[in-house]
Amino acid sequence: MADDALFEFLHMEIVSHVYKEQASRERVSCVSALESMGFRVGQGLIERFTKDSPTFKDDLDIMKFLCKDFWTNIFRKQVDNLRTNHQGTYVLQDNKFSLLTQLSNGKQYLEEAPKFLAFSCGLIRGALSNLGLESVVTAEVSLMPSCKFQVVIQKT
Amino acid sequence: MAVCIAVIAKENYPLYIRSVPSQSELKFHYTVHTSLDVVEEKISAVGKAMADQRELYLGLLYPTEDYKVYGYVTNSKVKFVIVVDSSNTSLRDNEIRSMFRKLHNSFTDVMCNPFYNPGDPIQSKAFDSMVSGMMVQAC
Repeated sequence: MADDALFEFLHMEIVSHVYKEQASRERVSCVSALESMGFRVGQGLIERFTKDSPTFKDDLDIMKFLCKDFWTNIFRKQVDNLRTNHQGTYVLQDNKFSLLTQLSNGKQYLEEAPKFLAFSCGLIRGALSNLGLESVVTAEVSLMPSCKFQVVIQKT
Repeated sequence: MAVCIAVIAKENYPLYIRSVPSQSELKFHYTVHTSLDVVEEKISAVGKAMADQRELYLGLLYPTEDYKVYGYVTNSKVKFVIVVDSSNTSLRDNEIRSMFRKLHNSFTDVMCNPFYNPGDPIQSKAFDSMVSGMMVQAC
Protein backbone atom coordinates (compact mmCIF):
# COMPACT_ATOMS: atom_id res chain seq x y z
CA MET A 1 0.00 0.00 0.00
CA ALA A 2 1.07 3.59 -0.40
CA ASP A 3 1.09 4.39 3.32
CA ASP A 4 4.81 3.74 3.95
CA ALA A 5 5.80 5.88 0.99
CA LEU A 6 3.82 8.80 2.46
CA PHE A 7 5.75 8.80 5.70
CA GLU A 8 9.11 8.32 3.95
CA PHE A 9 8.51 11.28 1.64
CA LEU A 10 7.21 13.43 4.48
CA HIS A 11 10.27 12.59 6.54
CA MET A 12 12.64 13.51 3.71
CA GLU A 13 10.84 16.84 3.30
CA ILE A 14 10.95 17.53 7.04
CA VAL A 15 14.72 16.99 7.08
CA SER A 16 15.36 19.21 4.08
CA HIS A 17 12.97 21.90 5.39
CA VAL A 18 14.65 22.04 8.80
CA TYR A 19 18.04 22.39 7.16
CA LYS A 20 16.90 25.10 4.76
CA GLU A 21 15.21 27.04 7.57
CA GLN A 22 18.25 27.03 9.77
CA ALA A 23 20.84 27.62 7.08
CA SER A 24 22.26 30.56 8.99
CA ARG A 25 22.42 28.74 12.27
CA GLU A 26 24.53 25.80 13.28
CA ARG A 27 24.13 22.28 12.09
CA VAL A 28 23.79 20.96 15.60
CA SER A 29 20.54 22.81 16.27
CA CYS A 30 18.98 21.18 13.18
CA VAL A 31 19.68 17.75 14.55
CA SER A 32 18.22 18.67 17.93
CA ALA A 33 15.13 20.20 16.26
CA LEU A 34 14.53 16.93 14.40
CA GLU A 35 15.20 14.91 17.53
CA SER A 36 12.74 16.89 19.63
CA MET A 37 10.08 16.46 16.93
CA GLY A 38 10.63 12.73 17.12
CA PHE A 39 10.45 12.89 20.91
CA ARG A 40 6.96 14.39 20.97
CA VAL A 41 5.71 12.00 18.28
CA GLY A 42 7.19 9.05 20.18
CA GLN A 43 5.32 10.04 23.34
CA GLY A 44 1.97 10.19 21.56
CA LEU A 45 2.58 6.99 19.60
CA ILE A 46 3.51 4.96 22.66
CA GLU A 47 0.31 6.04 24.40
CA ARG A 48 -1.66 4.72 21.45
CA PHE A 49 0.22 1.45 21.06
CA THR A 50 0.29 0.43 24.72
CA LYS A 51 -3.40 1.12 25.24
CA ASP A 52 -4.30 -2.54 25.30
CA SER A 53 -1.14 -4.29 26.44
CA PRO A 54 -0.50 -5.26 30.06
CA THR A 55 2.08 -3.49 32.19
CA PHE A 56 5.71 -4.25 31.38
CA LYS A 57 7.71 -6.36 33.79
CA ASP A 58 11.12 -4.75 33.39
CA ASP A 59 13.38 -2.73 31.09
CA LEU A 60 14.17 -5.68 28.85
CA ASP A 61 10.48 -6.28 28.32
CA ILE A 62 10.06 -2.65 27.30
CA MET A 63 12.96 -2.87 24.82
CA LYS A 64 11.54 -6.04 23.32
CA PHE A 65 8.18 -4.33 22.86
CA LEU A 66 9.98 -1.43 21.19
CA CYS A 67 11.80 -3.78 18.82
CA LYS A 68 8.76 -5.78 17.86
CA ASP A 69 5.40 -4.01 18.04
CA PHE A 70 6.54 -0.40 17.99
CA TRP A 71 8.99 -0.87 15.10
CA THR A 72 6.49 -2.99 13.14
CA ASN A 73 3.79 -0.37 13.45
CA ILE A 74 6.02 2.43 12.24
CA PHE A 75 8.52 0.86 9.85
CA ARG A 76 6.60 -2.30 8.89
CA LYS A 77 9.36 -4.62 10.07
CA GLN A 78 10.96 -5.67 13.32
CA VAL A 79 14.36 -4.71 14.57
CA ASP A 80 16.78 -7.39 13.39
CA ASN A 81 19.04 -7.60 16.38
CA LEU A 82 18.83 -6.47 20.00
CA ARG A 83 21.92 -6.66 22.17
CA THR A 84 22.36 -5.64 25.78
CA ASN A 85 25.00 -5.59 28.42
CA HIS A 86 22.31 -6.01 31.09
CA GLN A 87 23.49 -2.82 32.68
CA GLY A 88 21.26 -0.35 30.94
CA THR A 89 22.82 -0.24 27.48
CA TYR A 90 20.94 -1.66 24.50
CA VAL A 91 21.88 -1.75 20.84
CA LEU A 92 19.10 -2.07 18.27
CA GLN A 93 20.30 -3.08 14.85
CA ASP A 94 18.15 -2.73 11.78
CA ASN A 95 19.71 -4.15 8.62
CA LYS A 96 17.36 -2.47 6.22
CA PHE A 97 16.20 0.74 7.85
CA SER A 98 13.30 2.01 5.78
CA LEU A 99 14.24 5.67 6.03
CA LEU A 100 17.71 4.95 4.62
CA THR A 101 16.95 2.46 1.83
CA GLN A 102 16.29 5.22 -0.70
CA LEU A 103 19.62 6.95 -0.01
CA SER A 104 22.17 4.37 -1.02
CA ASN A 105 23.18 0.75 -0.82
CA GLY A 106 26.72 1.01 0.46
CA LYS A 107 29.05 3.76 1.49
CA GLN A 108 27.75 6.56 -0.72
CA TYR A 109 26.19 9.54 1.15
CA LEU A 110 27.39 8.17 4.48
CA GLU A 111 27.99 11.70 5.87
CA GLU A 112 24.39 12.68 5.16
CA ALA A 113 22.93 9.71 7.01
CA PRO A 114 22.88 11.15 10.57
CA LYS A 115 20.37 13.84 9.50
CA PHE A 116 17.92 11.14 8.54
CA LEU A 117 18.35 9.25 11.77
CA ALA A 118 17.77 12.13 14.20
CA PHE A 119 13.98 11.88 14.03
CA SER A 120 14.06 8.15 14.75
CA CYS A 121 16.41 8.66 17.69
CA GLY A 122 13.91 11.12 19.10
CA LEU A 123 11.11 8.63 18.45
CA ILE A 124 12.84 6.01 20.59
CA ARG A 125 13.70 8.52 23.33
CA GLY A 126 10.12 9.81 23.45
CA ALA A 127 8.67 6.33 23.61
CA LEU A 128 10.98 5.33 26.47
CA SER A 129 10.39 8.57 28.34
CA ASN A 130 6.65 8.06 28.32
CA LEU A 131 7.12 4.55 29.66
CA GLY A 132 9.16 5.93 32.55
CA LEU A 133 12.73 5.41 31.30
CA GLU A 134 15.00 8.41 30.77
CA SER A 135 17.56 7.57 28.12
CA VAL A 136 20.15 8.85 25.68
CA VAL A 137 19.80 7.53 22.14
CA THR A 138 22.48 7.78 19.48
CA ALA A 139 22.66 6.25 16.03
CA GLU A 140 25.52 5.13 13.86
CA VAL A 141 25.74 3.94 10.29
CA SER A 142 28.68 2.13 8.77
CA LEU A 143 27.03 0.56 5.77
CA MET A 144 23.72 1.73 4.40
CA PRO A 145 20.90 0.83 4.78
CA SER A 146 21.86 -0.93 7.98
CA CYS A 147 22.07 1.17 11.14
CA LYS A 148 22.48 0.77 14.87
CA PHE A 149 20.68 2.69 17.60
CA GLN A 150 22.42 2.74 20.93
CA VAL A 151 20.17 3.33 23.94
CA VAL A 152 21.67 4.09 27.32
CA ILE A 153 19.12 4.13 30.13
CA GLN A 154 19.85 6.77 32.74
CA LYS A 155 19.57 5.28 36.18
CA THR A 156 18.45 7.87 38.74
CA MET B 1 -22.65 7.31 36.46
CA ALA B 2 -19.72 8.84 38.18
CA VAL B 3 -19.75 11.58 40.74
CA CYS B 4 -16.15 12.65 40.23
CA ILE B 5 -13.51 11.85 37.60
CA ALA B 6 -9.82 12.68 37.84
CA VAL B 7 -6.80 12.19 35.60
CA ILE B 8 -3.50 12.28 37.45
CA ALA B 9 -0.09 12.56 35.85
CA LYS B 10 2.94 10.38 36.43
CA GLU B 11 4.33 12.90 38.93
CA ASN B 12 1.10 12.75 40.94
CA TYR B 13 -0.40 16.11 40.15
CA PRO B 14 -3.85 16.39 38.58
CA LEU B 15 -4.15 16.94 34.85
CA TYR B 16 -7.91 17.03 34.96
CA ILE B 17 -10.40 16.83 37.78
CA ARG B 18 -14.13 17.30 37.57
CA SER B 19 -16.90 16.64 40.04
CA VAL B 20 -20.63 17.10 40.20
CA PRO B 21 -20.84 20.76 41.14
CA SER B 22 -23.72 20.58 43.57
CA GLN B 23 -21.58 18.99 46.24
CA SER B 24 -18.43 20.23 47.92
CA GLU B 25 -15.61 19.88 45.41
CA LEU B 26 -12.93 20.01 48.08
CA LYS B 27 -14.16 16.77 49.59
CA PHE B 28 -13.75 15.03 46.24
CA HIS B 29 -10.33 16.48 45.67
CA TYR B 30 -9.34 15.12 49.07
CA THR B 31 -10.80 11.67 48.34
CA VAL B 32 -8.91 11.47 45.05
CA HIS B 33 -5.71 12.56 46.74
CA THR B 34 -5.96 9.88 49.40
CA SER B 35 -6.80 7.24 46.82
CA LEU B 36 -3.43 7.92 45.17
CA ASP B 37 -1.73 6.15 48.07
CA VAL B 38 -3.83 3.06 47.47
CA VAL B 39 -2.98 3.19 43.76
CA GLU B 40 0.74 3.32 44.52
CA GLU B 41 0.38 0.39 46.87
CA LYS B 42 -1.41 -1.65 44.23
CA ILE B 43 1.15 -0.87 41.55
CA SER B 44 4.08 -1.92 43.71
CA ALA B 45 2.27 -4.95 45.13
CA VAL B 46 1.57 -6.38 41.68
CA GLY B 47 5.24 -6.05 40.85
CA LYS B 48 6.31 -8.33 43.68
CA ALA B 49 3.59 -10.91 43.07
CA MET B 50 3.62 -13.39 40.18
CA ALA B 51 3.95 -11.06 37.21
CA ASP B 52 2.06 -13.20 34.72
CA GLN B 53 -0.56 -10.81 33.41
CA ARG B 54 -0.60 -7.36 34.86
CA GLU B 55 -3.78 -5.54 34.09
CA LEU B 56 -4.25 -1.84 33.76
CA TYR B 57 -7.56 -1.86 35.65
CA LEU B 58 -6.95 -1.74 39.41
CA GLY B 59 -10.49 -2.27 40.60
CA LEU B 60 -12.15 -0.97 43.72
CA LEU B 61 -9.57 1.01 45.66
CA TYR B 62 -11.49 1.62 48.83
CA PRO B 63 -15.08 2.25 49.86
CA THR B 64 -16.06 5.09 52.15
CA GLU B 65 -19.46 5.44 53.77
CA ASP B 66 -20.95 7.35 50.82
CA TYR B 67 -18.68 6.59 47.90
CA LYS B 68 -16.67 3.94 46.14
CA VAL B 69 -13.41 4.77 44.44
CA TYR B 70 -12.07 2.88 41.41
CA GLY B 71 -8.61 3.16 39.88
CA TYR B 72 -6.87 2.48 36.55
CA VAL B 73 -3.27 3.08 35.57
CA THR B 74 -1.88 3.30 32.02
CA ASN B 75 1.49 2.09 30.81
CA SER B 76 2.74 5.65 30.93
CA LYS B 77 1.89 5.78 34.64
CA VAL B 78 -1.03 8.17 34.20
CA LYS B 79 -3.76 7.35 36.68
CA PHE B 80 -7.50 7.61 36.24
CA VAL B 81 -9.71 7.74 39.32
CA ILE B 82 -13.49 7.44 39.27
CA VAL B 83 -15.65 8.11 42.32
CA VAL B 84 -19.19 6.75 42.27
CA ASP B 85 -22.11 6.98 44.63
CA SER B 86 -22.42 3.99 46.98
CA SER B 87 -26.18 4.06 46.76
CA ASN B 88 -25.92 3.30 43.06
CA THR B 89 -25.37 -0.43 43.54
CA SER B 90 -26.52 -1.35 40.05
CA LEU B 91 -23.16 -0.32 38.59
CA ARG B 92 -21.27 -3.49 37.75
CA ASP B 93 -17.57 -4.06 37.28
CA ASN B 94 -17.95 -4.27 33.51
CA GLU B 95 -19.53 -0.88 33.33
CA ILE B 96 -16.71 0.67 35.32
CA ARG B 97 -14.21 -1.05 33.04
CA SER B 98 -15.91 0.36 29.96
CA MET B 99 -15.86 3.83 31.51
CA PHE B 100 -12.12 3.53 32.02
CA ARG B 101 -11.74 2.27 28.46
CA LYS B 102 -13.48 5.36 27.14
CA LEU B 103 -11.37 7.59 29.35
CA HIS B 104 -8.19 5.93 28.11
CA ASN B 105 -9.24 6.27 24.47
CA SER B 106 -10.00 9.98 24.89
CA PHE B 107 -6.80 10.52 26.79
CA THR B 108 -4.81 8.89 23.98
CA ASP B 109 -6.45 11.26 21.53
CA VAL B 110 -5.49 14.23 23.73
CA MET B 111 -1.92 12.92 23.94
CA CYS B 112 -1.63 12.69 20.16
CA ASN B 113 -2.85 16.24 19.67
CA PRO B 114 0.20 18.25 18.59
CA PHE B 115 -1.06 21.34 20.39
CA TYR B 116 -1.05 19.53 23.71
CA ASN B 117 2.17 19.45 25.73
CA PRO B 118 2.42 16.42 27.99
CA GLY B 119 2.14 17.59 31.58
CA ASP B 120 -0.22 20.50 30.90
CA PRO B 121 -3.77 20.55 32.27
CA ILE B 122 -6.16 18.97 29.81
CA GLN B 123 -8.28 21.57 28.07
CA SER B 124 -9.71 19.59 25.19
CA LYS B 125 -13.42 20.14 24.59
CA ALA B 126 -13.84 16.63 23.21
CA PHE B 127 -12.44 15.19 26.42
CA ASP B 128 -14.74 17.46 28.44
CA SER B 129 -17.85 16.34 26.60
CA MET B 130 -16.89 12.67 26.95
CA VAL B 131 -16.49 13.11 30.69
CA SER B 132 -19.79 15.00 31.00
CA GLY B 133 -21.46 12.07 29.34
CA MET B 134 -20.20 9.83 32.12
CA MET B 135 -21.03 12.02 35.11
CA VAL B 136 -24.24 12.19 37.04
CA GLN B 137 -26.37 14.94 35.56
CA ALA B 138 -26.72 17.77 38.08
CA CYS B 139 -30.38 18.65 38.46
